[in-house]
Amino acid sequence: MTGHSSGRLSPPGALLEVANVAVHFSGLVAIADLNFRVPEGRILSLIGPNGAGKTTAFNVITGFLKPTAGHVLYRGHDLTRLAADKIAGLGVVRTFQRTSIFGGCTVFENVLIGSHLRGRTETWRALLRSARVDAEEQALAGHAREILDFVGLGARSGELAGNLAYGEQRRLGIAIALAADPKLLLLDEPAAGLNPSETEEFMRTVGRIRERGVTILLVEHDMRLVMSISDTVVVLNNGVIIAEGPPEAVQRDPEVIRAYLGQGYKRAAG
Amino acid sequence: MSARIYPWLFVAFLASVPLWIGNQYFLYILTSAGIFIIAAISLNLLLGFTGQLSLGHVAFFGIGAYVAALSTLGFDLEFGSARFVFPRQPVWVGFFAAILVAGGFGLLIGKLAFRVRGAYFVIVTISFAQVMRMIALNWVDLTEGPMALNNIPPLSLWIPGEGVVGFFKKEYNYYLVLVLAVLSYLLVQRIVRSRVGRAMIALRENEPLALSVGVDVTRYLVVATVVSAGMAGMAGALYTHYIRIVDPDVFLFIYTVTMVIMVVTGGKGTLAGPVVGGFIFGALPELLREVASPEVQWILYGIAMIAIVFFLPQGIVPALAARFAARRGPGAKPEPEARAP
Ligand SMILES: Nc1ncnc2c1ncn2[C@@H]1O[C@H](COP(=O)(O)OP(=O)(O)OP(=O)(O)O)[C@@H](O)[C@H]1O
Ligand SMILES: [Mg+2]
Repeated sequence: MTGHSSGRLSPPGALLEVANVAVHFSGLVAIADLNFRVPEGRILSLIGPNGAGKTTAFNVITGFLKPTAGHVLYRGHDLTRLAADKIAGLGVVRTFQRTSIFGGCTVFENVLIGSHLRGRTETWRALLRSARVDAEEQALAGHAREILDFVGLGARSGELAGNLAYGEQRRLGIAIALAADPKLLLLDEPAAGLNPSETEEFMRTVGRIRERGVTILLVEHDMRLVMSISDTVVVLNNGVIIAEGPPEAVQRDPEVIRAYLGQGYKRAAG
Repeated sequence: MSARIYPWLFVAFLASVPLWIGNQYFLYILTSAGIFIIAAISLNLLLGFTGQLSLGHVAFFGIGAYVAALSTLGFDLEFGSARFVFPRQPVWVGFFAAILVAGGFGLLIGKLAFRVRGAYFVIVTISFAQVMRMIALNWVDLTEGPMALNNIPPLSLWIPGEGVVGFFKKEYNYYLVLVLAVLSYLLVQRIVRSRVGRAMIALRENEPLALSVGVDVTRYLVVATVVSAGMAGMAGALYTHYIRIVDPDVFLFIYTVTMVIMVVTGGKGTLAGPVVGGFIFGALPELLREVASPEVQWILYGIAMIAIVFFLPQGIVPALAARFAARRGPGAKPEPEARAP
């Protein structure tokens, strides 16, 4: 039991609160009026058919898109006023739906770039290359190795990221985000295109990420995955929330079933 | 033996050239190639590492050239009844002013680059160089316009045992350019192999991803432009004091193109690329001048360029690095920066 229902009665420390967010693209309403909270330490999944507005919600939360209306509150900060890199600095880090890596760099360098905010070296110090800079580089390298081992890419660290297999690139995308020390990690369809065993593996990884104390907001189409790891599921359709609650309840919700008809939801959920 | 020693062996070889070369003309060619190599190294920081194409790079070079010339010659301007006199300055004051002023313009362009990207940035930078050329042509009171600024003194240095020596001799200029080229190379190397350089490369490789992990790409793009512009300004100052005359043609688009060709054929985003490209395309035209008519020269120049771009699209250095890695067997890692995007 995830204890979600009790959480709803007396909202626990919600790490993130999305309040009255609307996004319009020149007439098209991508998100009508979105409201939800992500409690600290939980896994909340945002699901919905294609075009429901899930990625758009991610873009708003992480500062890649300014909403037409509404606010996103994270530990008292209004994220809608901040630039994407500053939001990452607060510990809100996202991955991308389409595989996104630094293709021309090695796997190791990819993760080093991910841990950019752990470093302090600026131009002058880089030019002088003091002992402090070397010490920092070693610390960053150690951190990068730890992350690569965590996602199981330790043996691939010298490889060019662009040369990795698809599944490995997806894992690298997560490693880059993890390197940025997220408190809240937003995963946009992380299992898309993975085979069943890779998906299984990924599920365990998500569990271990949560054990590191990271709160997770997940967008995913693989219903078996969503229903097995989420504490709460929020269902979005045409830019509005049509259901919200623990996986078992959402799964039985008639409106959810209707929204997903023809998308093979029943089959996937069964 | 570490591969690190090869670049230094090459530098040692270059340092020995004046001792055995008979023909002073070759020294002249190498020195002017060296000045262009510094400019190409500076362009590479921007084009190769942050991935931003600035087609106005020669503007920084030209600004450096004019600032160095004007500060060492002095000038006076009249605004209505007011007269402003700028007295002659020592050559090194002008030299550093050239770096600072060019760097200042780099700051401006860097901030602009963040608002306009891609094709618009290319247009803005080309226009910037054109505007500079127009100013140099038309502000005759200051620049003498097409008449050019003449009699610019050479750089001078206090040398133990010889006192203050003006760099009238070819060897002196040659060594000065060699030292500054090596310093420029090392400076870019330090930046690129640091957290700062990784941020620049991140911008080149995938800007949204860089932002998503907190890389303030604006800041690093501005750093790259300022450093790049200052270095190009230094090359311009060297040029001014070396050929000792500067006219508005220093801002010609063809010079930007030459720098881009040096970087791209050598291998953009590699440290050695602009050096290799700079030697080939800095020295080739001069060497061809000995043996061929101007038309034939340009044709050969064009053929060389097309051949390199066609057969080695990544540039010479990455192609050689790949060869080398293959020879050493699979698993050999390429040099971290020996890769183009
Ligand atoms: N930049 C944009 N400009 C215009 N329309 C957009 C833009 N981004 C998204 N949209 C539209 O907004 C709607 C929501 O898109 P979004 O990408 O958020 O859906 P999604 O729920 O992530 O779907 P999927 O499951 O396919 O990833 C879609 O109709 C999409 O076409
Ligand atoms: Mg999406």
